[in-house]
Amino acid sequence: MSSEQNISLQEQQFMHKIKAEEKIEPKDWMPEKYRKNLIRQISQHAHSEVIGMQPEGNFLTRAPSLRRKAILLSKIQDEAGHGLYLYSAAETLGITREEMIEALQSGQAKYASIFNYPALTWGDMGAIGWLVDGAAIVNQVSLQRTSYGPYSRGMIRICKEESFHQRQGYDIMLSLVNGTPAQKAMAQDSLNRFYWPALMMFGPHDSESAHSAKSMEWKIKRETNDDLRQKFIDQTASQIEFLGLEHPDKELKWNEERGHYDSGEIDWEEFHNVIAGNGHCNRQRLEHHIKAHEEGAWVREALAAYNAKKQANKAEAA
Amino acid sequence: MSDTIKDATLEYAIRLGDDANVLGHRISEWVSHGPFLEEDIAYANVALDYIGRARMFYGYASELANDGRTEDDFAYMRDDRQYRNLLLMEMPKEDFAYSQVRQLFIDIYYGLLLPELVKSKDDTLAAIAAKAIKETRYHLRRSRDWVLRLGDGTEESHRRTQRAVDSLWGYTHEMFEMDDTERLLVDSGIGVDITKLRDDWHRQVGSILTEATLNVPEDSWTVRGGRIGYHTENLGHLLTEMQFVHRSYPGCQW
Repeated sequence: MSSEQNISLQEQQFMHKIKAEEKIEPKDWMPEKYRKNLIRQISQHAHSEVIGMQPEGNFLTRAPSLRRKAILLSKIQDEAGHGLYLYSAAETLGITREEMIEALQSGQAKYASIFNYPALTWGDMGAIGWLVDGAAIVNQVSLQRTSYGPYSRGMIRICKEESFHQRQGYDIMLSLVNGTPAQKAMAQDSLNRFYWPALMMFGPHDSESAHSAKSMEWKIKRETNDDLRQKFIDQTASQIEFLGLEHPDKELKWNEERGHYDSGEIDWEEFHNVIAGNGHCNRQRLEHHIKAHEEGAWVREALAAYNAKKQANKAEAA
Repeated sequence: MSDTIKDATLEYAIRLGDDANVLGHRISEWVSHGPFLEEDIAYANVALDYIGRARMFYGYASELANDGRTEDDFAYMRDDRQYRNLLLMEMPKEDFAYSQVRQLFIDIYYGLLLPELVKSKDDTLAAIAAKAIKETRYHLRRSRDWVLRLGDGTEESHRRTQRAVDSLWGYTHEMFEMDDTERLLVDSGIGVDITKLRDDWHRQVGSILTEATLNVPEDSWTVRGGRIGYHTENLGHLLTEMQFVHRSYPGCQW
């Protein structure tokens, strides 16, 4: 960072607020890079909620009981709602939802790479709720204290619903492990496939993370990737044990001195490979989004035309 | 309750449960396929209402049958020849216009049927109806608004919406037809005389279609059979998907 005397008075005031744990609000001055960084992070978060509807939507019509179907519907509905809050929060930074959707569809903006893994069995609905939403919550709880006001308030609201999502996922797993051997095997298979990708959701190691340092200084991020990942590893270990499932990490070991679990190394080659477009569903997820958007174009046009007609009629009558 | 009335009420609960289950399933197919995010939320919401209704009707059916069958046995363990839903419910989702026109037809229908069912001498059916009325009011506001916008929107939306009205019209007639089972329930003050709803339904639908600059079709074709398990080919595919996991692992708790 440049020396104190070189930065503007505005930036000094901005940093003063950040240090004092005051929230930055939409009309406040902010450095352009802070704005851009937030738009990147919030829109990526919104896109993740929206793309995340697909793997679960893909199982809605096959849910094995009416009760589970109702719960899953309600969860997906929440996710669409979270997408909306987050798009609105990003819009306060001077970008439109249309621009964000365009950036998603062109591949310029990202969504959580976890959704590039396929949802193949009903057990995956359990693993996604428990592990994927669980990892998301660890991150989001921390983001409740993020420095940007609208994002922080959005996170507080979202966290309340996310904890219900995680519980419903864990509840699916509980039913499976208490069921038949085939159901228990289904649960183990889902855990095996989703455990490591869930750890990858926290992003690269701190030493490798492109956006971390500045985001921490600006308090957009409040805890590092590795610290958040450690929390998740710790909380998940006892949950796996309670389910009576085998832990996918054979090197996992309690470290008395650190007060944390030591764990095996993540396969970062797989992480980069999936991000680079080689996951099972990268193309499918984007094409699904683009197809729905394009098929809905005539509906949006009809809505605009109808509203314009009503406006014109009103003007004529006045 | 006499055995005859009880059997008829069971059949009635299954019919209404099948309507809700099949339609709720169809609507759920829209989730993540809507024209924009708000519509995904609305679809999930409406689907949830219908799956909730299905659970209440099947739950009551299970109570009346008293033979160990659960709500899921009614939903997942019957074939299309045993399903009793109206054909309109099982028609595929097609495009947004088609789904909204179907929804309008159904919302107006339930908007008329439910206030009558609330007066049923059967307390459970009356209670389910009382809850469903509020949901249907919201559903109708949405489907009515959409049919107006689509009918009177662009040339394309008008064409698609008129096609939907024309394609679905022949499936609306059986909504107002009763068999002996339902007549018995009407006579006992339990069921709704749906033949009496027909004129109001036509008046309301006609007025919305006209406002939406759409034509009301001539009554030249009629397909019927849902209530006796004589379905279109669509239902078999729907049930194949719905029942796959449940039937692949027999006797499991989920």
